[in-house]
Amino acid sequence: MSYLSARGLVRSYGRTPALRGVNVDVEEGEIVAVTGPSGCGKSTLLHCLAGILRPDAGEVSYRGQRIDTLSEGARAALRRTEFGVLFQFGQLVAELTAAENVALPLLLAGTGRREARTAALSWLDRLGVADLADQRPGEMSGGQQQRCAVARSLVTEPRVLFCDEPTGALDSLAGEQVLGHIVRLAREQRTTVVLVTHDVQVAAYGDREIMLRDGAADPTGLGTVAAQR
Amino acid sequence: MSTPHVLLGLLADGPKHGYDLKRAHDLKLPRAKPVAFGQVYATLGRLVRDGLVVPAGQDRDAGPDRTSYELTEEGRNALKEWIAAVEAPMPHLSSVLLAKVVVALLVGDADQAREYLAAQRAAHTVRLRELTGVKTDAAASLSDVIAADFGIAHLDADLRWLQTTLDRVADLHREVTTR
Ligand SMILES: Nc1ncnc2c1ncn2[C@@H]1O[C@H](COP(=O)(O)OP(=O)(O)OP(=O)(O)O)[C@@H](O)[C@H]1O
Ligand SMILES: [Mg+2]
Repeated sequence: MSYLSARGLVRSYGRTPALRGVNVDVEEGEIVAVTGPSGCGKSTLLHCLAGILRPDAGEVSYRGQRIDTLSEGARAALRRTEFGVLFQFGQLVAELTAAENVALPLLLAGTGRREARTAALSWLDRLGVADLADQRPGEMSGGQQQRCAVARSLVTEPRVLFCDEPTGALDSLAGEQVLGHIVRLAREQRTTVVLVTHDVQVAAYGDREIMLRDGAADPTGLGTVAAQR
Repeated sequence: MSTPHVLLGLLADGPKHGYDLKRAHDLKLPRAKPVAFGQVYATLGRLVRDGLVVPAGQDRDAGPDRTSYELTEEGRNALKEWIAAVEAPMPHLSSVLLAKVVVALLVGDADQAREYLAAQRAAHTVRLRELTGVKTDAAASLSDVIAADFGIAHLDADLRWLQTTLDRVADLHREVTTR
């Protein structure tokens, strides 16, 4: 069985179907891009894979274990320890400095203050923003904030990093830097990455692509809609 | 294409002979088609005829191949003008990609057009991934990255067109088959 896999995922919001039977297999250490037009279900798929959303039907397994059936608390623990998430807007806490933001996931996981700060500073350094450690998000550019958000998503050394349009709010050079960091660090740490994007240039950072269309996988890219079993 | 001007550019920092020019060309434009020796010498011949370069001596005990060439004043001006001249933005909408889709639709085979578009899209995606790999390679030089960017931007444009066309042809297909 694959490292991370989904079988027959179905998920609706009220009467709006978002996923209509999606199968996905991701191997350890792979960088997989999930692409497709707006509204095709990319974010919903990512949320299901990361244990943020529960599917209405189907299964999600991670390292051989079902995770969609876990309790809310157990899934939250998984997200704190095994998974990292990175969204379009890094969602840094406005009142905290960069270093405090990056240290936060470690503090929540029970790491001591000193150790957490040291780790945070080292990650900020790896992303080339060590000099911003004591600044608050409001005092940084979008690109700088997003690099801090990358540092925060990787500080716990997750086994899987889930990214949803991580560079959607950046210009192309700033986006290129953020993606370059993500890819380089993921390769170094053998982190598995699921990268959701509608942008073909961003998707090209992945080793391969899973195309979605109208809530179903579209392996040929022909746009033929056939829900998988 | 622009080989004469590229050669003028490569001579701007001092005289070179044909072999050096070929090497410099392939090094500075790493992802372009390598220029053939024959083309370098033929081009040099025309540049000499037009007064843009002149022979500038020969390596001792070497054949005519070891003649080195340098820019003339006129050559320098021609180079400046060429760099400054703005190119016509896509004067002709011609491409094999476009021709194939148009022809497939002409012969009334929308399915074949869609299959071709999807296959071309897949091939473009593979190439885009290769060139993106150049950018994340720590050993890549600035000219490597700039050349990769150029390819990436063009592939991106093609990919958008391929996807849009795929969607349009699919709509057409649905209209025809549900009528
Ligand atoms: N919270 C929600 N409430 C109601 N409908 C939703 C909600 N979130 C998503 N949807 C619907 O579910 C479908 C899939 O949405 P999703 O956000 O997964 O798409 P997406 O591929 O991520 O799109 P985009 O590229 O625009 O981010 C869409 O039709 C969307 O309108
Ligand atoms: Mg989305």
